[in-house]
This record gives sequence, structure tokens and C-alpha cells, in this order.
Amino acid sequence: MSETVKRADVGVGAPLGQVPGKGPWTDLTRLGRTFAQQREATVFVVAVLLVIYFGFISSRSSIFFTQADFVNITQIMAPIAIIACGEVLLLICGEIDLSPGFVFLFAPFLLHYVVDFYGVPAVPALLIVLLFGLVVGALNGFFTVTVGVPSFITTFATAFILYGLTLYTSHAEPSVPPANTHGWIESWFGQLAWSELIMTVIIVAIVHVLLTRTRWGLHTIATGGNQLGASEAGVNVARIKYGNFMITSLLGAVTGLMVAFQLNTIDPSAGGFQAMFYAVTAAVIGGTAMLGGSGTILGAFLGSIVLALLLDGFNLNGISANIINLIFGAAVLLAMVVNVQLARVRAAGRA
Amino acid sequence: MTTQAPEDQASRPAGDGDVLRVEHIAKRFGAVTALVDLNLRLARGEVLGLLGDNGAGKSTLLKILCGFQPPDSGRILLDGQEVHLRSVDHARSLGIDVVYQDLALIDQLSVYHNMFLNREQLRGGLLSNRAMRRIARQRLDDLGIGLKSVDSPVARLSGGQRQAIAVARAVYSEAKILLLDEPLAAMGAKEAALILDLVRDLKRRGDVSMIIIAHNYGQVLEICDRVNLLQHGMITLDKPASQTSVQELNDIVVAEYRRALEERQRTA
Repeated sequence: MSETVKRADVGVGAPLGQVPGKGPWTDLTRLGRTFAQQREATVFVVAVLLVIYFGFISSRSSIFFTQADFVNITQIMAPIAIIACGEVLLLICGEIDLSPGFVFLFAPFLLHYVVDFYGVPAVPALLIVLLFGLVVGALNGFFTVTVGVPSFITTFATAFILYGLTLYTSHAEPSVPPANTHGWIESWFGQLAWSELIMTVIIVAIVHVLLTRTRWGLHTIATGGNQLGASEAGVNVARIKYGNFMITSLLGAVTGLMVAFQLNTIDPSAGGFQAMFYAVTAAVIGGTAMLGGSGTILGAFLGSIVLALLLDGFNLNGISANIINLIFGAAVLLAMVVNVQLARVRAAGRA
Repeated sequence: MTTQAPEDQASRPAGDGDVLRVEHIAKRFGAVTALVDLNLRLARGEVLGLLGDNGAGKSTLLKILCGFQPPDSGRILLDGQEVHLRSVDHARSLGIDVVYQDLALIDQLSVYHNMFLNREQLRGGLLSNRAMRRIARQRLDDLGIGLKSVDSPVARLSGGQRQAIAVARAVYSEAKILLLDEPLAAMGAKEAALILDLVRDLKRRGDVSMIIIAHNYGQVLEICDRVNLLQHGMITLDKPASQTSVQELNDIVVAEYRRALEERQRTA
């Protein structure tokens, strides 16, 4: 309690007026200070700056800010944000998963196989695919935690195994989601304009509560912060890591199904390392430490919005496909630099 | 070796007040003998200083007492009952808890989350942060550990404060026997005072018995009831703290060192 008061006395980093006094200004400054104390504040500012920037430069074409564009942004953002939720948990407990993009890739093919080749009804088929995601995560956990292979290598291998499995079984041919998933399943889990956003918000909310309000989240932070100390206190470190690998792979499967339903295509070039790297980048932009011990789901969510805004904004502004990667890379770097600088101001305000 | 003969505690009649007795413990690591026929007792509510130079066998004894490794031979009695400590968790469930220097806390977590780690208070399946914050505050105040806020991550605290929180956590996890491993190492005078006051306070309350393991005699002598000196895996001195001095302890250790040196020169 007393610390909050002290912080407020310093008051640097509060973006609003510093005039002491009565009335709405005090409330606003207090609000501003509370905001500035949140770890996600800086990446939020970056996202707002991007919206303003793209809104300004595309004001003539005025596609940005239309509902169609909004939906487009959410569809770019959703796969990044959902996989990032898992990566944040893993990064916090000191591991990484390079494979969720390939669970993403294989999941809709698996759905297609079990329905169209084995005649499984839609709902059990979906459950089989989700179960497959959990099994992949458990295997990642087994080789990392039980066998002792670093997760970078374990999941790199898993990624290629799943990639090979996909190309071998599909002959690298695209397919379509099975007929028995047409209708409500396809609509709710991808086809409807806002279904991606709704799924993302639900998943982000659940994982956010998991991380900040449950024993699981606390033990995840403890595991990454000080593994020896955590196990000393009786935290089952192995179980935490297994579980977080399983959550990440499960979210990879969910994302793969969602994107297949959305596009009504099963694409042998979907997902992959790019999906994973976007997710990890979103997590890191959002303030998750790559060395473990700290991170936030809301930050990763905002990070994925930043990435989606950049990808969408450059497309709309007619930047040629040949140069867009160059600009995207530079913009990510710039966004992170702004983020780090803002975080420094924030830290100074708290000291 | 003809150092001062220790009293044979094991042959003494079992004192009813002894919460812990260690009898004829030995431990070897290959060719290295770490502990030889070691005897030790701890009375209820007592603060025992286990002193010894580096390499005397302090860490080996600590690891045996906290259940990390079993002795080769000998017995451990807890409240007069023989126990076989299978693991650190098992020892802890019997009420033996170690506080390691700076090891146990999670930097990124708040003070109150650290105090409740793995013993969280829940409400409807979710963490009850309000309750944990309030209880942590109350416990720290009870122990006289003055902290401005229980919300700040422990990374921002000083070494003494961290140690104090680790001790508080152990005390409130129903530890009967607290092993403090080098509690004052690398600590400034003010920091050390915080821990010494805490130990005094716990002693006054009388719920826990403590073994303070240290190689710096001067700092801990004043809060100990009794002192055991460990040399070459044996207890070579067992005296009430009031009847010994830093000077005496130092003289014994230095004399021993000289003798060993002469012996080596003679054989060389």
C-alpha cells in the first residue's frame, strides 16, 4: 500500500498532466499512473501509435479503419495470439517450443484423414485432433524433461517430424475440411467474420487467468525464476513443464483447425516456423523474458496486435510483395526499440 | 589425532528435552571420509551453533539432516524415535527444514507469493491474493521483520531481508527444527543484525529449535546456547556458548592446522 503512494509521488511516466489538485484531473492522473505501472503499458502505446500512423497515411484510400479491414486484422492476429499464449507459458518456465506451427499444419490434415478415410463423426474427430495436440506436447515434455534434451532441439525435431508426416501423408496436396464439419462447426470456429476474434479473446482470457490467478501460473513463474528453489519448495517442476508443452501444442492444433475452417482449405504450406516465430516475437514484444521467470499474456496479445497491424498496414499501403519483408523486419525492430525506451521511462518513474 | 575428546553424547541417558539426536553417523565418498562416528544432540528450543572450518564436514552433515542423502551408518532420532529420512520432502514433513543462503526464494515473485509458494491459499480454485497478502503481512510483523511492502518482488530486497523471509516461511510451515546454513555469510552488519534479532525472537517464542551452521564464529556465538566444533568429520568440542570464546575456537582450529602442516612436512 505504502509503496503505491510512494510511486505516485515520483510520478514520472504518467502521460497526463502532473497538476496536483482536485477534480477530474486528479482522477485522470491517477488513472494514468495506474496505467503506466502496468507492464503491458508500453506495448499498448506502440499499438496505438501504429493505428494512428496507418490511419493517417492511408486516410486517402480509407480502407484502414473499415470493418472489412478490422476483420482482416483480427484474422492475421488470431493465430499469432493463440500460439503466443502457449509460448508465453513455456518461455516463462524457461523452455521454448519450435513446433506448434507444425501441429497447426498437421491438425486439419488429421481431421480430414479421420473423417474422410475412417468415417469418424465430426465432433469425435475434432476431439481426436485436439488429443493429438496434447500427445505431441507430452512427447515434447518427455524428451525435454524426462530424457533431458534441450527443448530447442526436442521441438526442432518434432517440427520436422510433423512437417515430414504432413507432406508424406498428403503428398503435399491441399485439401478441404471434411463435409461433416460444414455448418455450425465451420462457422463458429473460423468462417464467421468475428469468430477468430472471439476465439482469441476467450483463449487469451482463460490463459491470462491461468497465469495470474492460479497455482499453475504461480508455479510456472517459480519454475522459470528459480528451478532449484521451486523444487525445494515442493513445486513439481516436471509436471509444470509437461503441462505447458501440452497446452502449447493443443493451442497449435486449435489454430490449425481455425485457419482451415476460415479459408475452407487445408494448405500444406500453412503454419510452419513462421507461425511459431510470429508468436514468439509477439510474446517478446509484449514483455516476456526469453530467459524465463516473467511474462504476460495480455502483453503477448498486444504484441500480436502490433504484428498484425504491421502486416496488414503495409499490405494496404500497396507496398510491393518483394520488399515487404524488409520493411516488416525494420518495423518490428523499431517497435521494439520504442517499447524498450518506454519501459525505461516507466522504470525510472517507479524507482 | 589427539584433539580435545568430545563428550560421548550417545552414551548419555536420553534427555527428554532432546528434539534431535544423531548417533554414530558416518559418511564416506569413495576414498574421502566426510564424517566419522559423529554424535550430536539438539534440545527443544535450543540454538546450537555448528561451527567448523571449510571442509570439516558441515555440508555433509547438513545434507544428511535435511534428507538429501542417507548416512552410511548411524541413527537419527527425532523426539526419541528413530527416523530414516528418505528425501528432503520427507524430512520437511517431519518438521526438519533447511534455509539455504539465498537459494530458496523466487526473485520474480512477490514477498507474499514466496511465503506461500506451494502452500497457497485458494478461493474457488483461484489464488486468494488478498488473504495471502494479509497473512504474510501479519506473520512478518509478528516476527518483527519490518518490510515496507509484501507486494514487491523479492529481487528488490536486500540479502538480509530475503534470508528473513526464507526463515519466516520455514517457521510458518510448521518446522520444528530449523537448519540455517551460513545465515550471515556475505552480509553487512545491519543485515546481520536483522537475522540475529530474528533468531533471538524465535528463541524467545520457543517453538523451534535451531542449528546454525557457520564458519565465522564471532558472528553467531552471541546468539547460540551451545556450540559444537566440527573438525575432520568429528565433533571435537561441545560447550555452552557462555563457556567458550571466539579466541578459544580459533586457537583450536589453528593449532589443528599447524599440527597437520608439521605432519605433512615430516612425511615429505
